[in-house]
Amino acid sequence: MDDARTHVAVDAQTEQALAEYLLQLADDELAVGQRYAEWLGLAPDLEEDVAFSSISQDELAHSLFYYTLLENLGVGCADELAYARPANERRNSVLLEQPSKDWAYTIARGFCFDVLEQIRLAAALRSTYLPLAQGAQKIQREERYHLLHMQTWFERLGMAGGEARQRLNEAVESLWLDLPDLFSLGTAGNILFKSGVLPLTEAELRQTWEQQVKPSFAHAGLAWRSLPTRSDKNGRLGQHGAALVELLQTFAEVYRTNPVAVW
Amino acid sequence: MEQRGEPSGVNLAPPDHDLAHQVWKALEEVYDPELPTLSLVELGMVHEVAVADAEVHVKLMPTFVGCPALEIMRHQVERRLREVTDVGIVQVEFVFDTPWTSSHIQASGREKLKKFGIAPPPASFSPTTAPACPYCSAEGAEVVSVFGPSACRSVFYCKNCQQPFEGIKFV
Repeated sequence: MDDARTHVAVDAQTEQALAEYLLQLADDELAVGQRYAEWLGLAPDLEEDVAFSSISQDELAHSLFYYTLLENLGVGCADELAYARPANERRNSVLLEQPSKDWAYTIARGFCFDVLEQIRLAAALRSTYLPLAQGAQKIQREERYHLLHMQTWFERLGMAGGEARQRLNEAVESLWLDLPDLFSLGTAGNILFKSGVLPLTEAELRQTWEQQVKPSFAHAGLAWRSLPTRSDKNGRLGQHGAALVELLQTFAEVYRTNPVAVW
Repeated sequence: MEQRGEPSGVNLAPPDHDLAHQVWKALEEVYDPELPTLSLVELGMVHEVAVADAEVHVKLMPTFVGCPALEIMRHQVERRLREVTDVGIVQVEFVFDTPWTSSHIQASGREKLKKFGIAPPPASFSPTTAPACPYCSAEGAEVVSVFGPSACRSVFYCKNCQQPFEGIKFV
């Protein structure tokens, strides 16, 4: 890696934007990781039980990695950031907090998210914030297994036709409404781009995502639909639904019984 | 500062400094809790050993970001180093300066994996192709699941000796 790059952001404004972005990354991973974990014991077969447990473990670990970067920046302790923040302080996309509904929804959402992750990680490799670039090198190598898994399932469900394709279609219809904030950088976008912390704009993120997702829709035999530009809530601004409140209650139940316990 | 554990699999000459040498020897006796025949050195997890003024700092590279064995390894390294050296401060840190990749596993480590019934990692990202069976060496096994019982392993089935087996993922 290039040693000339900084370990700490240079000015207060950049540092604030960096913290916003790290929260978006961490909260995304935590929300989706927790939703994946809910499949344990309920997935369609044993291999998927194992796969989703493994993917969930990876995602929660990646969230811990980002929360630890925030801790190093002095934003707060990693455990508290993960467990103790109320829903209106969370920065995850609303798409990732939704209940898993059914298998088709889980796969379709996972595929949409994993494509986004690859684009974000590829950009992070060029980040001026060295710890993010270093983490991305490692995380990218793990995430590509997730993407491959989701993409394979997505295309197979579509190619199978019948109920599988019908459910996939319904899943896409439902999740499409929640897509806009997946590409949002909240209040941080301009500064992230100018400072090179994230050398990618919201528009580039959305366009690249569209290019990469489209071919799988064709393989799955699904009609492409244009991306909505606005939605009711933007999770990057702390706007969330009841689903996130429920998810956090479940996720933090043990932590709340005794926040200083070590386990 | 001494750097070893690079992907070549070659054992470099022991460092000059006695304490550093002692530390490296000790790390060769700390084993992966899930693969108890493989040391952290053979796994290529040791990024750096620094000794100065009765302090030892060891930097380890996590094999996977979410490997649940990391904290156990940290404690094992600390305990082992306190046993074999008389330094006052032992610090173990996990770093991402260079990512651990599956090619960091040394040649002796790859052999031990096979003896343990686990196929060593392939040389490239090839999740739809199975490695040779670690039991009978036959090619052409089935990929049962890319995701296995731990983050670093996949599950395969050998059609020749009819054994399921695990393999380390390429990362």
